[in-house]
Amino acid sequence: MDGSKGFDDAQTGEQKIRNFNINFGPQHPAAHGVLRMVLELDGEIVERADPHIGLLHRGTEKLMESRTYLQNLPYLDRLDYVAPMNQEHAWCLAIEKLTGVEVPRRGSLIRVLFSEIGRVLNHLLNVTTQAMDVGALTPPLWGFEEREKLMIFYERACGARLHANYFRPGGVHQDLPQALLDDIVEWCGTFPAVLEDIDGLLTENRIFKQRNCDIGVISEQEILDWGYSGVMVRGSGLAWDLRRSQPYECYDEFEFQVPIGKNGDCYDRYLVRMEEMRQSVSIILQAIEKLNAPEGQGDVLARGKITPPKRADMKTSMESLIHHFKLYTEGFKVPAGEVYACVEAPKGEFGVFMVSDGTNKPYRAKLRAPGFLHLQSMDHVAKGHQLADVAAIIGTMDVVFGEIDR
Amino acid sequence: MTEALKELGALIEAKRPDCVLGYSIAFDELTVDVAPANIKGFVEFLKTDQNCKFSSLVDITGIDFPERGKRFDIIYHFLSMYQNHRIRLRVSVREDEMVPSIVDVHPSANWFEREVFDMFGVLFSGHPDLRRILTDYGFRGYPLRKDFPTTGYTEVRYDEELKRVVYEPVSLVQEYRQFDFMSPWEGAKYVLPGDEKQEEAK
Repeated sequence: MDGSKGFDDAQTGEQKIRNFNINFGPQHPAAHGVLRMVLELDGEIVERADPHIGLLHRGTEKLMESRTYLQNLPYLDRLDYVAPMNQEHAWCLAIEKLTGVEVPRRGSLIRVLFSEIGRVLNHLLNVTTQAMDVGALTPPLWGFEEREKLMIFYERACGARLHANYFRPGGVHQDLPQALLDDIVEWCGTFPAVLEDIDGLLTENRIFKQRNCDIGVISEQEILDWGYSGVMVRGSGLAWDLRRSQPYECYDEFEFQVPIGKNGDCYDRYLVRMEEMRQSVSIILQAIEKLNAPEGQGDVLARGKITPPKRADMKTSMESLIHHFKLYTEGFKVPAGEVYACVEAPKGEFGVFMVSDGTNKPYRAKLRAPGFLHLQSMDHVAKGHQLADVAAIIGTMDVVFGEIDR
Repeated sequence: MTEALKELGALIEAKRPDCVLGYSIAFDELTVDVAPANIKGFVEFLKTDQNCKFSSLVDITGIDFPERGKRFDIIYHFLSMYQNHRIRLRVSVREDEMVPSIVDVHPSANWFEREVFDMFGVLFSGHPDLRRILTDYGFRGYPLRKDFPTTGYTEVRYDEELKRVVYEPVSLVQEYRQFDFMSPWEGAKYVLPGDEKQEEAK
């Protein structure tokens, strides 16, 4: 390494220096999980980055083939465990597309509400830990406090803080208590101030800007070449948001802005995420308003063969009891066919490609994770950057290994 | 939506009759069957044609049908952010057949093709770096094939005496439980225990 063997020029003392290979991870706080990245460095400049993934591979897709559609739902929580319900959403949409089930309005609104809570959960984690990767310590402490409050909302809706298992094909598992809705409204009143605080810490911070501006610049052509989605696209000035361009659920009723960046660097992506959180809060408030309106009342599940009967019916009706038993043992059957359903998850386009052969288990389920494509381009984006910038880029790509390794 | 897709499907078939084996529309999604040899040229056409402009690769995956001669279906999903539509391509290949890689057209196909190779053992010709991606270093077999057991063949543990991680053949304390949830009254293809006596009694 010191060049003593390849001592070339005795007169000038110039030495031949080999490139340096280092392992970034698998245990590195800035790797956001178990990422092993082999970096080839020329001094401090990254020449080549080779991400080795799969250290968290659990074979989700294989496991799904031997379980019923309903039993597979909790696996979706464990993909992107930062915003679990958004993943469940894609799974439910795929099943609903195949079976042709209409979700009742209240169920649909609750889904939107919790998808947006998921978005805030994700962006809070991402923005603040990315700030930690570049040297700030306070933002994660403040951000996690708000995350904690949101996870309590999760818990009050479904009983679990993280792995919710709340969305169901045909709606959501249970209705929300009014007190929970009121508390979410109250939280929406206090959250913008916290967001302002984090904004005040980071946005004009000299160190934060030095570490993020002009780092990892993404052009429009790169977006297409590398198949980016989500904030990676919007940070570079393309107003592409599936909620707007290919509306699913009842997003077409909601008013929200799609924030875009100008320069496509890490800093712009940070700004986009901050603005998206503000927009999400506005969507949450709109959703609750619609839930409280008379049209927003009613059942949360489309009652039929793929959803359980009401508890009260089971006490009196033999058919309901049989239906309940058959649903939770054999499960429901889905008509044969192939569908691809996707949602605008906080990280980008999360898709489920489902092949059904008409039985109670999926013949094949493919989970399309946005982080997979983002991380893939690591070599391309990080080339020519400093070693320290690698941490900033990984942070801003928003990778979570649950969904990349599956 | 379906009307627009029908038009698009007819247009693609008219422009590239040599590549398109057929197209269908189901659940508001357009699926085009393509011959393996033509896939690269066809993807390039979809990318550059002004009416298609399928500029982003969304996904590549495989499906295993062990009972078929052409065992694997390789599925491509594309998205056009400009025209706001999607398309699915389906390529059927035999087990020993190679699929031309589309990495030159869409660099993002790199990892997807590696994943399909890793999971199904389908080879992509012209791929720059066809290594395994998700499975362990030194893994054998192709996990998403239907004949691969869900438990796998090897298990890993830390050996206290050798002071390292060792690989051993899987030994299950209990047989892996594959529940059969199918109703005995419909769908089940086996004879229920006791039912065989029915024949004898006759």
